[in-house]
Amino acid sequence: MSTSKPNMTFSRRDFMRTSSLAGGGILIGFNLFTACKPEASPPVDLASLNYNDFNAFIKIADNGAVTIFSPNPEIGQGVKTSMPMLIAEELDVAWDKVLVEQGVLDTKNYTRQVAGGSQSIRFGWDPLRQTGATARQMLINAAASRWGVEPSECTTSEGVIKNASGETLTYGDVVKDAAGMEIPEKVKLKKRSEYKIIGKDTWNVDLDKIVTGQPLFGLDYKKEGMVIASVMRPPAFGQKLDSYDDAGAKEIPGVIDVIRFGDKIAVLAKDTWTAMKGKKALKASWKDDGTLESTSDHDRILTGLLDGKDFQTLRADGDIKKAFASADKVLERTYESPFLPHNCLEPMNFYADVTSDKIHLVGPIQTPERTAQEIAEKLDRSPEEIHLEMTRMGGGFGRRLYGDFAMEAAEISSKAGKPVKVVFSREDDMAAGIYRPAIKYRIKAAVKNGEVTGYHLKEAAVNSNMYGLIPNFFPAGAIENYQVDVAKHDSNITTGAWRAPYTNFLAFAEQSFFDELAEMMEVDKVQLRLDLLQKVKGTTDERIQYSPERMEEVIKTAVEKSGWGKQPDGVYQGFVNYYCHNSHVAEVANVEIEDGMPVVKKIICVVDCGIVVNPLGALNQIEGGVIDGVGHAMYGDFAFENGVPQSGNFDAYRLIRINEAPEVEVHLMENDHSPTGLGEPTLPPAGGAVANALKAATGKRLYKQPFTKYPELLIVPEKEIIG
Amino acid sequence: MANYTLNINGKSREVDVDPSTPMLWVLRDHVKLVGTKYGCGIAQCGACTVHLDDTAVRSCQIPVSAVGDKKITTIEGLSENGDHPVQQAWLEIDVPQCGYCQAGQIMSASALLKRNPSPTDSEIDTAMDGNICRCGTYTRIKKAIKTAAGNLS
Repeated sequence: MSTSKPNMTFSRRDFMRTSSLAGGGILIGFNLFTACKPEASPPVDLASLNYNDFNAFIKIADNGAVTIFSPNPEIGQGVKTSMPMLIAEELDVAWDKVLVEQGVLDTKNYTRQVAGGSQSIRFGWDPLRQTGATARQMLINAAASRWGVEPSECTTSEGVIKNASGETLTYGDVVKDAAGMEIPEKVKLKKRSEYKIIGKDTWNVDLDKIVTGQPLFGLDYKKEGMVIASVMRPPAFGQKLDSYDDAGAKEIPGVIDVIRFGDKIAVLAKDTWTAMKGKKALKASWKDDGTLESTSDHDRILTGLLDGKDFQTLRADGDIKKAFASADKVLERTYESPFLPHNCLEPMNFYADVTSDKIHLVGPIQTPERTAQEIAEKLDRSPEEIHLEMTRMGGGFGRRLYGDFAMEAAEISSKAGKPVKVVFSREDDMAAGIYRPAIKYRIKAAVKNGEVTGYHLKEAAVNSNMYGLIPNFFPAGAIENYQVDVAKHDSNITTGAWRAPYTNFLAFAEQSFFDELAEMMEVDKVQLRLDLLQKVKGTTDERIQYSPERMEEVIKTAVEKSGWGKQPDGVYQGFVNYYCHNSHVAEVANVEIEDGMPVVKKIICVVDCGIVVNPLGALNQIEGGVIDGVGHAMYGDFAFENGVPQSGNFDAYRLIRINEAPEVEVHLMENDHSPTGLGEPTLPPAGGAVANALKAATGKRLYKQPFTKYPELLIVPEKEIIG
Repeated sequence: MANYTLNINGKSREVDVDPSTPMLWVLRDHVKLVGTKYGCGIAQCGACTVHLDDTAVRSCQIPVSAVGDKKITTIEGLSENGDHPVQQAWLEIDVPQCGYCQAGQIMSASALLKRNPSPTDSEIDTAMDGNICRCGTYTRIKKAIKTAAGNLS
């Protein structure tokens, strides 16, 4: 989740290596993310590397067929398509001749084989193109040597090398020679005008398999001798296992074994239904130490934190006390969000086969490296004994950053002495979550002589607070006296990252606040944002990584494309601009009244994510991010009563459905900036845009999510109902 | 345990399972057709949608003992070569993100078009609101259904 700038200074010798393949062809390996790790890393011992260890590489067969291994986990964000596109572009091969395969984990040499923080393309942009270009140059050098000409005379196109006299050789013809070539120290990358793959609509590489139902996901994985484990866990956070009776479970035909591990009990069976039935037949009693928490406790505790004085200051500019003391007007508002489960549609699951000489792990995981390390530590094994394969994931949203389910599989397999796949039921998945924590924000602004002179953002959260550069996001740098303070309540309810951590709610709070501030100042809502941005221009503060110029452009484009302020009667608009995950976004929500109720009809979304690698995939991410943001702001709610989650399945937890999804109109800014992430940044602004549009329609401002929990705030005044 | 002879994708398949086993798990664990997905187990998400004769049903709610001699069609059997008009439209529009829900979406959409070859927006909503897409590909699903409807007419 690092938001630091990638350091692109690396030594080529440290990260490239080639070798001949036994069956013919060449393999080009590269140590992708060690090469651009922000901190200095120890040099890689090349002699110790085995090509099967490389986390990403190109394979060229004698017949010219190209296989590109995609290094990072695929959760639906599209990197299994877009990362290989970067290599293929510079390798100069026809995309429809490339076969893409998922790389496996190497725990020994690499970092950031991670799906998180919308950083895969941003960190991969330079190294992946360099790798493709290096392979291409070696193939050219091999051909030039055979012809006895200068490499500079040669050109390539779609896997064919041509010299000045018009002779041609294919990559397959020279691949064996190329494997013995010295790795060039410098290669030239293509100009943008020369791109044939980057910037072109490129279809998802797994599309055929998805629409024909081929096995792709962790839940689809099968191995000879594998048994299914259904696990009973404490029903409440804060409970431990007291005693249990497994006689009923063991009577069920097909149940193989019942195994206790820690405070959990696993029922093992040959098939999933029998394992689930077996679990239902278990009888267990639980004990607690009086620390069971309820949503009403969190509500009270978080308000207490905001009212109190026990804060950590993450950024302080000027003197907010003075600014508030001398203000003409002050606005203070508090915003509240619930816990949220991730609800990946593929429930958590993982395969583990722990034997005396190795540990084989297969499944959907966003953090393969960390998970493998944790399992090695827990089982007191060496990380080198672990072989981890990543499957395509039926959603991630942050939930699969945590390897608790893989750990369970490893522990059970270790105890049972069998290959085991742990399968969560939906109820298990919702009840054993690592939730987005409940959070409250209090924002206070000082206005003097028509200017915003002070801004104080306070966060009270369960378990953990905002981190990284978030306190330096807009409006940091725009207001002279500015402070961000955070406080937390330590809970036994497990919490963690949820798509666009913190900003997924903070954007709603701040952008609702700006609207209300503009109303109090009696200035145009968009103009207030543009005026604030002027003050950031030319800043020398390195912590501020959003660009006021790029933000200004997305705002102006959104105003133009949405017809802001020029909509016909009956269309109510809400405006939001936001920066997170290194991308700049503006969104306008259009709300209309149908049957007396406000309905979100359309979101206009303007995005500056630099060069767009795959426009087709980018539009999908943007549309999905917006709809996810609208859905959770409108409907997402999750409560606890004495430590027990109050929603167990989709009958009691409302996710947005097709009839509720607005139209999404996308505009991508055209520029030459290096690409930044798209998996997350369009989600946070959506809730704020909807809230601001609902205010325009109903006259009522929303301070709490989800909006549908407060139907009295969604009533449209009589005079506004048209027709 | 009991023996059942099932008609799955035009083939006769024999299974020996507990009569209460839902078709979903018979397909996934016993017949090794894993295209039909588990999402909720209570007919709320639509990931397990298959056709029973020509009707879209949630296979998590149908015990194997209730199937009888009805024809079961799964995503694997929707077309011979993955070229049903709905599958083709899904390919053309590049609908999926993670892809997990899409088999269920395609089975619901193909059943809709079989009984109503040119559905309106609200008819699409009504037929498809039982299928959750957690990634939010709804706008593309709608577009693909309209594309398929165009291709069918």
